[in-house]
Amino acid sequence: MTTDETQDTEDTETDDTETNDAPSPEMAFGCLVSYSRGQKVLHTPKDQWFSVAEALLADGYRMCIDLTAVDYLTYKGHRSLPEGITPQRFEVVAIFANFTTRDRLRVRTQVSVDEPTIDSLYVLYPGSDFMEREVFDMFGLTFHRHPDLSRILMPESWEGHPLRKDYAIGSIPVQFKGTATTNSTGGGGGS
Amino acid sequence: MTITESDQENIDQPEKPVGQLHLLPHRDNVLRMSEVRMAETANERIVGETDQTMLMNMGPAHPSTHGVLRLMLELDGETVVRSKPIVGYLHTGMEKQAEALTFLQGGTNVTRMDYISPLFTELAFSLAVEELLEIEVPDRAIWIRMLMTELNRIASHLLFMATNGMDLGAVSMMLYGWREREQILRFFEETTGLRMNHNYIRPGGVAADLPDGWQEDVLALTAMLPARLDEYDILMTGQPIWRDRLQGVGLFTADEAIALSTTGPILRSTGVARDLRRDEPYLNYDQVDFDVVVGTFGDCFDRYAIRLNEIRESIRIVNQCVEKMPKGDWRAIDAKVTPPPRVRIDESMEALIHHFKIFTEGFKVPEGEVYAAVESPRGELGCYIVSDGGSKPYRMHVRGPSFINIQTLPHMMAGGLLADGVAILSSADPIMGESDR
Repeated sequence: MTTDETQDTEDTETDDTETNDAPSPEMAFGCLVSYSRGQKVLHTPKDQWFSVAEALLADGYRMCIDLTAVDYLTYKGHRSLPEGITPQRFEVVAIFANFTTRDRLRVRTQVSVDEPTIDSLYVLYPGSDFMEREVFDMFGLTFHRHPDLSRILMPESWEGHPLRKDYAIGSIPVQFKGTATTNSTGGGGGS
Repeated sequence: MTITESDQENIDQPEKPVGQLHLLPHRDNVLRMSEVRMAETANERIVGETDQTMLMNMGPAHPSTHGVLRLMLELDGETVVRSKPIVGYLHTGMEKQAEALTFLQGGTNVTRMDYISPLFTELAFSLAVEELLEIEVPDRAIWIRMLMTELNRIASHLLFMATNGMDLGAVSMMLYGWREREQILRFFEETTGLRMNHNYIRPGGVAADLPDGWQEDVLALTAMLPARLDEYDILMTGQPIWRDRLQGVGLFTADEAIALSTTGPILRSTGVARDLRRDEPYLNYDQVDFDVVVGTFGDCFDRYAIRLNEIRESIRIVNQCVEKMPKGDWRAIDAKVTPPPRVRIDESMEALIHHFKIFTEGFKVPEGEVYAAVESPRGELGCYIVSDGGSKPYRMHVRGPSFINIQTLPHMMAGGLLADGVAILSSADPIMGESDR
């Protein structure tokens, strides 16, 4: 809330992630800033997740548009994180919108698999209720001080968290008719 | 919006200025009870917290829940005290599925989310992929996308008119709404090959050019509709019974709507003029003339009237699209993304191989993450894609406006009658396929 360093027009939005190793890293709301295809992304340590959201709210970002997570377990590419952010397996991503300036910001934070828990934004943005429940359901990340952290899309008795990368997709084995007999009565799939 | 902000500051200064939770007067009217516990109480034949109240399920197979939404209600007589919407009955793991489909196949997946307005999910998905690819879409494709999505918005709102009418007892409206929607679906079928789940808008453009004689078809639609909308006005808008049923029901304030991340007609009914088509113009919405329809009271009537008038605005946009439709390519001429034309395949081996590779392996998308949003008939529909440089999305997330708007139901229903709950549910217009994904 205090560090509102006016990061004005000198950074053209066109420069890519490689070229932003400029002398001092860009900051906003006390977070490191990076750009992904011209969209502004803030990176915050996990313990500042709540306070950054608080600062955003105070600055007029009144709506939490979206909150989701990504499991980077099997990510093959290069993760474009700014210096000083250690990549972890999970990443929680939230998008905030400011209606007066018509601006939106994406905030990402790293969550390790050993401590899969993060502050809930429910008090600040009650609309995050369902979104956090979905992340809990799909990724098994827990949210501190959420009023009703329960499964939302999967049945309550479900085991496992489907959107984790180590959760198998599962499939029904296809059995072809007449595979035991070798006479060629017809190829293709039996129905 | 600024007025309400400052008003709110003045009203509650005492404590807890932190956060927006205190802006929700009905925050305690959200029932926080697990489904298992609810099932247990069915045997006990009781009870909420006092003996006065009764727990009851509405849905998941109630006709006015528009699919498979279940509401757990705590009733005091006929008054709804607390409620909890339960979603997930239509969950089919589409976000997980998306990770197993290439970017080209992804369209067939996302189009099945919001099955009433499928073109919008396709559009959000395509915009996100194009942003990752950093390709330019030709002008004609952009205008075709606008034309088709606006027609889809009309069809979606007509369906709302139909179901909203039926939920409230205006059963003939069901037939009229369906009749008009059918005309639009017929044009969709002619253009895309299917009445719904089109997979028409694809990364790089659209799947096919508009059919011959499309202008006449579209202009016939836009000529027919205004008179029909006036009929709806006679049938419903001015009717005292209709108004009694809707006015002052399901009141919702701008602060509540913003705090609950509500978008679309529900947010606009509270007086917040937020429409992505105007606020963050995508496609060529900055080149057409239209108004953002806004309500005043945030009741069910406003939500009805907003959608009715949004149809009129969409007709204006469609007419401008017909007028301004340029000639040219309808998909990007980028060999990386676009398969070669059919004629080339017959004469060139390389073209055949190229075609085969695009449809079997798919095209590679540079790594990165991106969020693209469009204004669907239900609100902000966003698509967040993370790519690791392969031909399949590493992660695809869709922000379904229905999913998030369903959160508002306990707040709107608190203190109202159960019969009004049906009106409120109907006016929120959730599509469960998109909510549950």
